[in-house]
Amino acid sequence: MFALEFPPLSHIVNWPGLAGDGQWWEINKVVLVYAFAVILTLLVFLLGNKGKLVPTGMQNVAEMAVEFVEDGIIMETMGKEGLKYTPYFLSLFFFIFFTNIFEVIPVIQMPASARIALPMVLALLAYLIYHGAGFKSHGLGYFKHALVPPGVPWPLLILVIPIEFISKFLVQPFSHTVRLFANLLAGHILLVTFAVLTSGLFAAKWYAILLPLPLLGVVFFTAFEVLVSFLQAYVFTLLTGVYINAAQSHEH
Amino acid sequence: MLLAEITDTGLASLTYGLGAIGPGIGIGYLVGQAVQAMARQPESAGMVRTTMFLGIAFVEALALIGFVVFFLGQG
Repeated sequence: MFALEFPPLSHIVNWPGLAGDGQWWEINKVVLVYAFAVILTLLVFLLGNKGKLVPTGMQNVAEMAVEFVEDGIIMETMGKEGLKYTPYFLSLFFFIFFTNIFEVIPVIQMPASARIALPMVLALLAYLIYHGAGFKSHGLGYFKHALVPPGVPWPLLILVIPIEFISKFLVQPFSHTVRLFANLLAGHILLVTFAVLTSGLFAAKWYAILLPLPLLGVVFFTAFEVLVSFLQAYVFTLLTGVYINAAQSHEH
Repeated sequence: MLLAEITDTGLASLTYGLGAIGPGIGIGYLVGQAVQAMARQPESAGMVRTTMFLGIAFVEALALIGFVVFFLGQG
C-alpha cells in the first residue's frame, strides 16, 4: 500500500569501507566510532585528572563519574576490596557508553555495539579478568568454589556440577555479550523502522496526514535510546562487578 | 485467497513472540515488587534499584536471545 520496503539487515549494520576496502585494516564507520570512543574515554581520563582542589569543567564531570562508578557499581557489587578495579570499570563504562551514544548522534547514527565483535571482545576480556581473579584468590580450589555450591547433598552433585560448569564457563560470557549486542541492534532497527515509515509517508498521497505519528515515534525513541545507551553501559559494568565478586568471594 | 502461509520469516516471528511472553511477565513482576519495596522502605531504595537492574538484565537476556534467534531463523 505504501510501497515501503524495509532495508535488509545487512544494509543497516554493514558499512562500505572508506579506505582499504576488503583489507584487514579496512576503515569504515564502525571503526571510526571505535576511534572516537577511545579518544573520548582518554579525554575523560586526561582532562579529569588535573587534581585541582576546586574542580571545574571536565574535572567536575569526571569526579561525578568516578563517584558513580565507585558508589553505584563497585561498592554495591564487590564492597571495599573491589576498589582496585576502579580504572578498569571507569574505562569500561565510558567506552561502552560512548560507542552506544553514537546511535543517536546525527550523521553517524551507528552504535558500534550493534556489531557483535565489540561486545564479544569486552565480554571475553571480562571473562579472563573474573576467572583470573578467581584463580588468584582461590588457587586451583577455584574449580571447587565455582562448581560446587555449598550445602548440596552429594548425589545431587552429579547433576549440579555439569549445570554449574555450563552456566559459569560457557553461557555466562555468551549472555554477557548478547545482552549488550541485541539491545543496541534492536534499538537501531527500531529507529530505522520509524525513519523508513516517515520517509515513506512523506512521498505518499493523502496518507501524508499520518506523517506526524512516525515522526513523533522517531523523536520519542531517540530519547529512549539515549536512556538505553546509558543503562546498557551501566548493566554491562554492573554484571562484570557481580561476576568478579562471585569468582573471588570467600563467603561460604 | 491465501490467508496464511507458513514461511521461515513467519515462524521466526512466532518464535520471538513466544519468547517474549516469559520475560514480559518476569520484568513486570520484578519491577512491581521492587517499586513496592522502595515505597515501603524508601531508605533502602538505592540497594533495591541496583538489584532490580541486575534482575532485569538477567530476565531480559531471554527475550534478547529470542530476538537474535528471530534473525537467525529468517535465513
